[in-house]
Amino acid sequence: MRNVLHFKRLDEASGDTVELTFEGEPVTARAGETVAAALLAAGHISGRQTPVSGSPRGPYCMMGACFDCLVEIDGEANRQGCMTQVRDGMVVRRMTGARDVDRGSAA
Amino acid sequence: MADSAYAVIGGGLVGMAIAWGLANRGKQVTVFDEGDRGFRASRGNFGLVWVQSKGLNMPDYSRWSRLSAQLWPKLSEELGNVSGTDLELSQPGGIHLFLDEDEAEKAVADMEKLRAALGGDYPFEYLGHNAVKRIIPEIGPEVVGALHSPMDGHVNPLYLLRALHTGVRDAGAKVLHGPRVERITHTKDGFRIHREDGVWSADNVVLCAGLGNARLAPMIGLDAPVVPNRGQVIITERVRPFLNVPTAHVRQVGEGAVQIGDSKEAAGFDDSTSKNVIAKIAHRATRYFPLLENVRVVRTWGALRVMSPDGHPIYDKSQTCPGASLVTCHSGVTLAAAHAKVLAGWICGEDAPDYMEVFGAQRFALQKAG
Ligand SMILES: Cc1cc2nc3c(=O)[nH]c(=O)nc-3n(C[C@H](O)[C@H](O)[C@H](O)COP(=O)(O)OP(=O)(O)OC[C@H]3O[C@@H](n4cnc5c(N)ncnc54)[C@H](O)[C@@H]3O)c2cc1C
Ligand code: FES
Repeated sequence: MRNVLHFKRLDEASGDTVELTFEGEPVTARAGETVAAALLAAGHISGRQTPVSGSPRGPYCMMGACFDCLVEIDGEANRQGCMTQVRDGMVVRRMTGARDVDRGSAA
Repeated sequence: MADSAYAVIGGGLVGMAIAWGLANRGKQVTVFDEGDRGFRASRGNFGLVWVQSKGLNMPDYSRWSRLSAQLWPKLSEELGNVSGTDLELSQPGGIHLFLDEDEAEKAVADMEKLRAALGGDYPFEYLGHNAVKRIIPEIGPEVVGALHSPMDGHVNPLYLLRALHTGVRDAGAKVLHGPRVERITHTKDGFRIHREDGVWSADNVVLCAGLGNARLAPMIGLDAPVVPNRGQVIITERVRPFLNVPTAHVRQVGEGAVQIGDSKEAAGFDDSTSKNVIAKIAHRATRYFPLLENVRVVRTWGALRVMSPDGHPIYDKSQTCPGASLVTCHSGVTLAAAHAKVLAGWICGEDAPDYMEVFGAQRFALQKAG
């Protein structure tokens, strides 16, 4: 889901960029920022659906406490986007429902 | 006239179950609960409604736990209705897994002894590795076997506590959160409850203050020799259901998280966590269920059990201050149904099982003397 957002990067935060994908779509991020920040800045406000009610959620606390920023990163389910730094070539996918536990860490 | 007919001291699972039982019997009840500073087993427990292995040395405690498990579906339904919350009660039978043959053998012997003491009416069986695997395909190769009992189950203990709070208010009782009760005094016209912010009168007092009972009980002719015993607990990320029966140390909750516990530590009034204990608990869980190895931990906590010298409940009525009673126990989730449906009646003079008196605190004096 893409929305018109009021998140703006500060000029001071300029620097190298890295390329990742979210659901196959290219996202340009600043080196050193978190996956959650990169997705928000790119307009992806929701990265997951809850396992219980299926409602859409996105990064909220940005400090590791609320678990609403969960996404799949490079095949690993339930990663906290706000606690993970972007890397060039990262493949990020939406987290839908609960993860399969027997699937291991690599999909 | 007194401010209330019954003052219940303590708003944890025990106090709220008793308050609900009293209020549903038409009694006018006020609950006095310490604020968030207090220690609360009710907010940190494991959520088992568990009968197997309870009361190995006190068959009446086993009977009482089983009675409560049988009353649980009714409690769950009633609380579900008043609170609009599904308590996630599930009683499919419970499993105690063993990684060690000797430990398993001893546990089975203890359970057989208890079954004999109960006249044979005590359903459980010992299952070997393959039989366990048919119930839980995900067990690891190190599991030697398990005790299985159809009497056991689990519930969401936080929904239970919340539902009791809703139910108690709904039944017309008052809950006064605030400073702790400092003193209780007894005069010829009843009891006085003293807090920093005021004094309230009551015709009867029920002590349900968990660890706080030890200090309050002697003020009204009761004895509550309870001490803290710490348990540490792990919660994992939510994963698809793989475990549809509760086990004694690992269970999957309604929303999909796996709850892993619990240690038993004499740590005084310290409910923090420690890395070595959490690591031990986590390691044991991965031996039970190797698939947990790549499941992420999202939270850990410690909480203090309310332990009597023999681990069994204390239910007592004061001889010197008529109208004062004491309710405290270790397994307040399991016993919530018996507390609300039976014990609340015993407190206000209804008939109760004839074995109630074995739970009096005088047994500790006898145990010491004997
Ligand atoms: C790690 C762990 C796992 C457990 N697992 C299970 C389980 O699986 N199944 C099970 O059945 N049980 C389990 N238990 C036990 C269960 O949680 C307790 O038996 C139950 O919560 C006790 O409830 P309580 O109301 O007596 O005590 P508490 O929850 O401790 O509540 C006591 C209340 O009294 C208040 N209070 C204390 N002093 C005062 C005062 N002076 N004035 C006013 N208020 C006061 C406190 O603020 C508190 O709210 C577990 C416990 C722990 C710690
Ligand atoms: S946004 Fe709250 S944990 Fe990531």
